[in-house]
Amino acid sequence: MAKPNKETLLDWYRQMVLIRRFEERCAELYQQGLIGGFLHLYIGQEATGVGAVAALGPNDHVITAYRDHGIALARGVDPNRAMAEMMGKRTGVSGGKGGSMHLADRALHMWGGYGIVGGHLPLAAGIALKMKYLEEDGVVLALMGDGSTNIGYFHESLNLSAVWDLPVVWLIENNQYGMGTAVERASGAKELIRRAMAYSSEDGSGMKMGPRVDGMDVLAVYDAVSEAAEYARKHGPVLVESLTYRLEGHSMGDPQRYRTKEEVESFVVSGPIGRFRHYLTETYKGVEKALDKLDAEALQTIDDAVEFAKSSDNPTYEDLISHVYVD
Amino acid sequence: MADRPITYREALSSALREEMQRDERVFIMGEEVGVWGGTYAVTRGFLDEFGARRVRDTPISEMVIAGAAVGAAMAGLRPIAEIMTINFAFLALDAIINHAAKVRYMFNGQFTVPLVIRTTTGGGKQLGATHSHAPEVIFAHFPGLYVAVPGTAYDAKGMLKASIRDDNPVLFVEHSTMLQRRSPVPDDPDFLLPIGKSDIKRKGSDVTIVTYQKGLEHSLVAAEELAKEGIEAEIVDLRWLRPLDLEPVFESFKKTNRCVVVEESLPMFNVGAEVAAQIHDVCFDWMDAPVKRVAAMDIPLPYSHEIELMALPSPEKIIRAVKEVV
Repeated sequence: MAKPNKETLLDWYRQMVLIRRFEERCAELYQQGLIGGFLHLYIGQEATGVGAVAALGPNDHVITAYRDHGIALARGVDPNRAMAEMMGKRTGVSGGKGGSMHLADRALHMWGGYGIVGGHLPLAAGIALKMKYLEEDGVVLALMGDGSTNIGYFHESLNLSAVWDLPVVWLIENNQYGMGTAVERASGAKELIRRAMAYSSEDGSGMKMGPRVDGMDVLAVYDAVSEAAEYARKHGPVLVESLTYRLEGHSMGDPQRYRTKEEVESFVVSGPIGRFRHYLTETYKGVEKALDKLDAEALQTIDDAVEFAKSSDNPTYEDLISHVYVD
Repeated sequence: MADRPITYREALSSALREEMQRDERVFIMGEEVGVWGGTYAVTRGFLDEFGARRVRDTPISEMVIAGAAVGAAMAGLRPIAEIMTINFAFLALDAIINHAAKVRYMFNGQFTVPLVIRTTTGGGKQLGATHSHAPEVIFAHFPGLYVAVPGTAYDAKGMLKASIRDDNPVLFVEHSTMLQRRSPVPDDPDFLLPIGKSDIKRKGSDVTIVTYQKGLEHSLVAAEELAKEGIEAEIVDLRWLRPLDLEPVFESFKKTNRCVVVEESLPMFNVGAEVAAQIHDVCFDWMDAPVKRVAAMDIPLPYSHEIELMALPSPEKIIRAVKEVV
């Protein structure tokens, strides 16, 4: 596994800040009525998404659930087209027909966000099956929330991936709550990583139990997912759990009665971006200026994206009726 | 090339075999498709012929059978997923309806889903309430999916081959009591029937019977009985519930001015309801009688044979319905 150099680390920082600014702006636009539907923000989880996606190569694949903006941006989706999708414009990555939960960019092997909890997990197995079937190199990174580990899709998909030795890194983004229900109130296994044991054998075959990683530390996530991807390429599926925290509500308008302000505050202090910035300034003398520049550029990128989205056209009647079938 | 009478089962088998020989990306996955040879023996011998890579036994996991097949199709393979019976497809509704049928639209055409989900339908075999449905009409409700309901060996072969070659997801519904039925089928590796075309199975001028699969079989029997009394029924076999081709129905109705719809599904919100509504829309001026429906009774099917048959459509029920409108 390649150790990331300074340039790479600064790029991760750029991505994390870009995601944060993107999400903050989305919240504003939602309040202004310019974004509709459900809006699930990634604020607090940036280290997991950026670190995990950074572990992949261009021939690898990414698929995730509905909290997908951060994953899409980390995979390199154009912020303009992501923002245009938020606003339902025809220049959006999904032509304005998918919305916040459904950002896909086939060219980048970003297979989309999916709105049905767990619905994308069998799709991940199927994409991995294609690679195994055609003897292609590459792994599928399938991200999911802790909530999806209790749905039937999770069991069936992980089990099949173990039976068929599919090259999948199953990554649980454990942000502590499935909507408002804390993990320990929803899962018999409080440590979700233990689920891997259900699909593994004493002789080492089946699902590999990967690490339970500090999901607020982008370097730790990168290391864990890199190692898991390497294993998955050669042998088969791996389960990794990333312990992270959602600093905003489940979606917009969540009254958050299920947790205290103090709890949220404690994670703000140890938030992933501040932590990484601290690491960078400790590691590289005089890097602050570069980081400040990246902060400013992120703001500009988001301003430009909003401008692009606002000035884009709405989808047309032709768009409405197209792509139901292959003609 | 000569048409040879083969069974519905042989039609399915040969369609699968030919398409697998033709295209390396076509493969089969599902419960008992390999070592067992298929619970209805449709894939017997396939494991030896094509190997475990292309004939893939799965756990009893309908959600992932359907869902992984969707993913593999999106990624460029051409899966044929087998759901042993349509009763188990209820477990895979989300994968079929929310994903197979919608990912293309939802992501604005970035993905195609060249997928065939094969399954069997039908009651009348004393399997009790949960194993005895003909609920394919449910799946026809959703845009993005095709629903095939072949009623003869000829149709089964041509429609299955066309489904495998098409780039859209198809729910291919086979009738579990019709696997031994024979009809002549062209011995041509490129024998394809068009998707979404219904077919006149019997000419007549007095009443139009619209039906498919088991209903077709019963209707053909009923039509012969009616003919003895001088009533000539024209039978339109829908063959596909989606795309639904009602043009031949309208044409026939404008001639007969009467219609009976026959199906094995339940009587409410069924194929008959849709056909009747569209006839009202298109053929109102040609109507001489209300459109009648013959379907299963509005109850779950029981085990005991006599009362199970009582609940299902029959030639007698069709004859009675026809006599109400002519």
